[in-house]
Amino acid sequence: MLREYGAVLLFSVLSIGFIFVTLLASKIIRPNHPNPVKNSPYECGEVPVGNAWVNFNIRYYVLALIFLLFDVEIVLILPVAAVYKEWLNTGFGLLALSELLLFIAILVVALIYAWGRGDLNWIKTYERANAMDELKNAGDYPLEEK
Amino acid sequence: MSLYHEMPENIFVTSVDQLLGWSRKHSLWWLLFGLACCSIELMHTGGPRADIERFGSAPRGTPRQADLIIIAGTLTYKMASRLKLLYEQMAEPKYVISMGSCSNCGGLFDKAYSVVKGVDQIMPVDVYLPGCPPRPEALLEALVILQKKIQKEKYLRK
Repeated sequence: MLREYGAVLLFSVLSIGFIFVTLLASKIIRPNHPNPVKNSPYECGEVPVGNAWVNFNIRYYVLALIFLLFDVEIVLILPVAAVYKEWLNTGFGLLALSELLLFIAILVVALIYAWGRGDLNWIKTYERANAMDELKNAGDYPLEEK
Repeated sequence: MSLYHEMPENIFVTSVDQLLGWSRKHSLWWLLFGLACCSIELMHTGGPRADIERFGSAPRGTPRQADLIIIAGTLTYKMASRLKLLYEQMAEPKYVISMGSCSNCGGLFDKAYSVVKGVDQIMPVDVYLPGCPPRPEALLEALVILQKKIQKEKYLRK
């Protein structure tokens, strides 16, 4: 039993060793003439402008997360539907159904939470900015810009 | 660590040179760079009838992985700076095939104000391929000529 794992060990050593031997061989024989133009980012021949680290609005991510909710729901419910008849015959049908409904109810709570937060709206308000405005208008906290 | 320095010519070095040349000439990955109608013939060369990949020559989307750039078409001054940058970004060893009359000397658009009169004005060219446009067989011929050139090179004593 343990001896058969010797082959696995041999495979691992050979495959890891192969990588390093290949990298070493190519390091020895390859020409290496780096220069600033060559090392500049490849932009299809254009000279790169500005910084690649920019902020952009990703509104899809919340919707994608909510989709994941129902995705997992389907994955877990479909197998139950496939074997539900057998469960009816064994007498556990009602139990399985109630568990299924409980599961769906938990997920619906999550959906209601997302809905109530306004995550399903495509156009979102700047809640934080509005809160700051309210604080300013209240006058208790002198929040000056800069 | 590099073997690129002065070396005496002996049987070991020449054999390694031959091996390197043999392996390099059969793995000439080329950068996809089609400029005009020659690139249609270039695509046909990659197609099943001519099948450039049987020479170990695969198209690449980035100059980092490419050894060969086939200038297929009319090079304008506006594109020339881009081409120069792409050529600079390729890793050594790098080779150039100038495909068609336009990239050889300006060709049909010789008198045009916007056309570079030959790719060799901005970068070294290994093989000039005449034709307007050259057939895929001609491009394969150019590739074979380039392979012969690569086989003759002495990498270890460059």
